[in-house]
Amino acid sequence: MSQIAKKFEGVLTAATSVMMALLIGSIVLLVSGINPIAAYKALMFGAFGNLRNLFDTLGRATPIIFTGLAIGFAFRGGMFNIGAEGQLAAGALCAAIVGYALKVPMIIHLPVSIMAGMAGGMAWAAIPAVLRAKKGVHEVISTIMMNYVAIHLGGFMIEKLRTNEMPQTPDVLPTARLLKVSEISQAIKNTNLNLGFVIAVVCAVVLFIVINKTVFGYELRAMGFSPLAAEDAGISINKKIITVMLLSGMLAGLAGTERVLGVHRTYLSGISTNYGFEGIAVALLAKNNPVGIIFSAILFGALSSGGQYMSFETNASVDIVGIIQGLIILFAAISQAGEFMNFKRLFQSGKTTLPKAGEENVKGGK
Amino acid sequence: METFLVSFTFIIMSAIRIQTPLTIGALGGMFSEKSGVVNIAIEGLMLTGAFMAVVVSYVTGNAFFGVLGGVAAGTALSFVHALVSIRYKGNQTISGTAINILAASMTVYLMRLIFKTEGITPPVTKLPAWGIGNFSFNPVVYLSFLLVPVSWFVIYKTRFGLHIRAVGEHPQAADTMGIKVEKVRYLAVMISGALSGLAGSYLSLGDGDTFQRNMTSGRGFMALAVLIIGKWHPISIFIAAFLFALADAFQISIATVINIPNQITAMIPYVVTLIVLAGLIGKSVAPAAVGKPYNKGER
Repeated sequence: MSQIAKKFEGVLTAATSVMMALLIGSIVLLVSGINPIAAYKALMFGAFGNLRNLFDTLGRATPIIFTGLAIGFAFRGGMFNIGAEGQLAAGALCAAIVGYALKVPMIIHLPVSIMAGMAGGMAWAAIPAVLRAKKGVHEVISTIMMNYVAIHLGGFMIEKLRTNEMPQTPDVLPTARLLKVSEISQAIKNTNLNLGFVIAVVCAVVLFIVINKTVFGYELRAMGFSPLAAEDAGISINKKIITVMLLSGMLAGLAGTERVLGVHRTYLSGISTNYGFEGIAVALLAKNNPVGIIFSAILFGALSSGGQYMSFETNASVDIVGIIQGLIILFAAISQAGEFMNFKRLFQSGKTTLPKAGEENVKGGK
Repeated sequence: METFLVSFTFIIMSAIRIQTPLTIGALGGMFSEKSGVVNIAIEGLMLTGAFMAVVVSYVTGNAFFGVLGGVAAGTALSFVHALVSIRYKGNQTISGTAINILAASMTVYLMRLIFKTEGITPPVTKLPAWGIGNFSFNPVVYLSFLLVPVSWFVIYKTRFGLHIRAVGEHPQAADTMGIKVEKVRYLAVMISGALSGLAGSYLSLGDGDTFQRNMTSGRGFMALAVLIIGKWHPISIFIAAFLFALADAFQISIATVINIPNQITAMIPYVVTLIVLAGLIGKSVAPAAVGKPYNKGER
């Protein structure tokens, strides 16, 4: 199969999944007495209909790009980081504290606050990383535990640091804020899109290059494909496990940083509305391809912003969007396996291609 | 001394309650994973079970029918996971993630449709408590204790259990022996759905009498952790669930006695689990074929 056809195949399986999900979603809408065409029109308008809606979609996609990258990157190395939720919280907390406590010019303050958020996420991933590398503790358990510890630690810090009755940390100073588009133009109100989106896209591109064009990326894929063979080839597995988990945690930490410095400008409980778990879905839908993750995250962002408009316009409940998201992932699981609709055959390829490293190992995640 | 005894009984009693959904959920996951199908959908299956249990109890006015409804709903949804994982050979982690997302939205969607509310359903008939005086629990609690030896017996002492282990460790060999690999996996995944549904029913009809949006709040993932800590073995699963429950019950009771912020005490069970993992337990080894779809003729 030619390179182009192979790339096209991924897009095609994703598109099929979306179409199938929308089809079943329309049945759900019909059952609840809502015209699916009107509802989907509203959904599309709410997601992309004008500049504000488009920006809102991108704003909602931003944290999921980060968590998707975090989880997809770990998957590539054969690890299941179910702890993006906790790493996000830890990163958010660190960014919030440095963001309000430090009094320096913006040129120093903003980068330092961002780095603090990255370090927070990294630190939170470090414990599961070391436990996995040195003690063989399964990262699925340790990261779940770390999630709960992070949430409670966040609650504790809010109680310690709050200055008024609002359950949140003091406001991040203007010198540490990521610029929102709504702060540039009065015309674009009520959207959370900020500079964090640009950082997310840059991260995705850098990650794409690292995975596909560097020795490190080659070794990572080898490890994801077969840890034993990689070890035989002289790759130090334990060192790699730690590096991959730290970078994964750093990316999740950036999700929290974006929420704090770009959106809320404070750390508050419930700062993550399930971004860690949506990140799993987004990464899997994009088959852990960093650039693909940008698009699958935008799809989820679009469903979220469009869904709100849809429920407002047509009385359809917002939860239908969640049902559609679930169905997309379900059909992705089916169509990526190629048993349901064989796209490989569609492209007339006789050759069997080796599965890309990482994909194979994701199955099971153990 | 007396207060010590009182809080000691309190801790044991709460631990018995807290372990119930964890043990049952993890035992469910064990059946699925022993047969070679990863089940990260326990959370979603539990949530669906919790919801349908309330619906059926609401309609029939009988909590036992409610529990049956919860079990049936868990089984039905797990069939979807089985279909994707076994029939269509889909990625099992992706499928499980999808089930979790679906369950979270579907339950709220149906709650709006049936009860016309968003956050919480009206109270329904809950399970009775059986026992003597303070020592009384709802029937699902007793069932959780019963299910541990029963699961052990089924997995290690019956033909069906042997088949489950065979298709989970070496499906090719099992196939050669004439075991229907796919059929055994379907059954195992659906048993896991039934047990997750039961665990969910405990939360909605045993612990309380309502369904709340996302009421499992991560217990399904805790059950997954318990399953791995318990190394896919029923007795160890029970011990792991009970130890966690003890730590949780302990932190609840000391939070009322000692002057420590409750956010700090709330971390105790999770930190203890991490320390136990780091210090005591070695590698947990999953069933060999877990996560791999079975293709005839492939070796």
